[in-house]
Amino acid sequence: MTSPYPILSILGILIVTLTLAAGLIWLERRLLALWQDRYGPNRVGPFGLLQVLADMIKIFFKEDWIPPFADKAVFVAAPAIIVVTVLMSFAVVPVAPGIIVSDLDVGLLFVLAMSSLGVYSVVLAGWSSDNKYALLGGVRAAAQMLSYEVFMGLSLMGVVLLAGSFNLTAIVEAQRNLWFVAPQFLGFVLFLIAGAAETRRLPFDLPEAESELIAGFHSEYSGMKFGMFFVGEYLGVILISCLITILFFGGWLGPVLPPIVWFLIKVMFFIAFFILMRAALPRPRFDQLMSWGWKLMLPLALANLLITGAVVLAWRS
Amino acid sequence: MTIVFYVSSAVAIAATVLMLTRVRAVHALLYLIVSLLAVAVIFYVLGAPFVAALELIIYAGAIMVLFVFVVMLLNLGEETVRAERALLAPSMWIGPSVLAAILLAEFIWMLARGGVPPAQAVSIGPVEVGISLFGPYLIGVELTSMLLLGGLVGAYHLGSRKAPHTEVTHATHP
Repeated sequence: MTSPYPILSILGILIVTLTLAAGLIWLERRLLALWQDRYGPNRVGPFGLLQVLADMIKIFFKEDWIPPFADKAVFVAAPAIIVVTVLMSFAVVPVAPGIIVSDLDVGLLFVLAMSSLGVYSVVLAGWSSDNKYALLGGVRAAAQMLSYEVFMGLSLMGVVLLAGSFNLTAIVEAQRNLWFVAPQFLGFVLFLIAGAAETRRLPFDLPEAESELIAGFHSEYSGMKFGMFFVGEYLGVILISCLITILFFGGWLGPVLPPIVWFLIKVMFFIAFFILMRAALPRPRFDQLMSWGWKLMLPLALANLLITGAVVLAWRS
Repeated sequence: MTIVFYVSSAVAIAATVLMLTRVRAVHALLYLIVSLLAVAVIFYVLGAPFVAALELIIYAGAIMVLFVFVVMLLNLGEETVRAERALLAPSMWIGPSVLAAILLAEFIWMLARGGVPPAQAVSIGPVEVGISLFGPYLIGVELTSMLLLGGLVGAYHLGSRKAPHTEVTHATHP
């Protein structure tokens, strides 16, 4: 059920994910600069690596201001919710054989549950700020994440059907002969899009669209509370990349190199892909986003589930 | 595991009481969410991880988000807070509380006469739930889905906005 070294796994996963999330700030800025033909941060330390440290020192020493008209308790709790729910999801992510905090039988459902609880962070931040731009951002976030969550779950059910389990370790083991990206390519594409929408990354960053809503739901946040939203977003990107790796690209499976290295290579590839999406794609209009989700993605996810179910049924009988 | 059960039960009851007594709708909803989370923990401890996960996804993760969404859209002001305060007057809640207390007393009496112990050893996973839903309870599931479809069509009908001009032109040119 659990790993042989639970405390070590918890500490290791916590330290690695949080460090990676901070490092992503630098990686994203450098990669964006590379693709947009400019330099990016390159002054502090080798390759600008210490920029992360400088940013962190700056954000810790900023004034942590709570607007007098805000609902204080909710305003303070909102940024914590996103970080807690995403970190909780990492508890069931199998990094390599034995390196997992809790090998839950309903691991995949647990991740989906935590991601659906993460919505509250953004929505409550928007509501408690008591500011019209923040409220608009919160309303957009609620509508967007609720709509995209529906087919996010449905797109994964094809994988569950093929593996016959909600357990993430069992899903990885079921891909020894063939990665699920081949039989479930449609599911993979749907999950990638839904994952980008759940983490509110460009092209799905309408809740914080700077050109129209100042900064959307986190307009009133400053200092480390704003930093929590930032870290939560990067943790979300890492989590979605881990899930894509586990569900569709065979997790830690791969020749020659040790399992954990394979896992990291695959995860880094998808993180870079998310950054590339930000560099390459414009933002859609909100009604386009909603009609796309309900009228195109949801029917496709349902059709994918139906066909996979029929094929699996025919195969077994 | 028994301690986990009792602690989460206490959290669920406390959160529900706090939910009922809050004057701001969003605060009440937050306590209701905590209560649902505590119930999910209870399901997990009782050996039903699948039901616990569904409780989180469907109730805490989807339905309550819709509630919060609607409350945000309405953006109720100080006036509703005052109205809610008036609802907390003793004349409003004493009647239902007495009736509920009678039910509670009955329940405690039944438990005292040899109730069921809270911790059961059997674990009911997704497979068992699925088999019983699409085996003996198939008609119930199908009827529920038809009811939901009816609700969906009805909601669509209520929500679809007819263009006001068409009716006027029909009336003037019979």
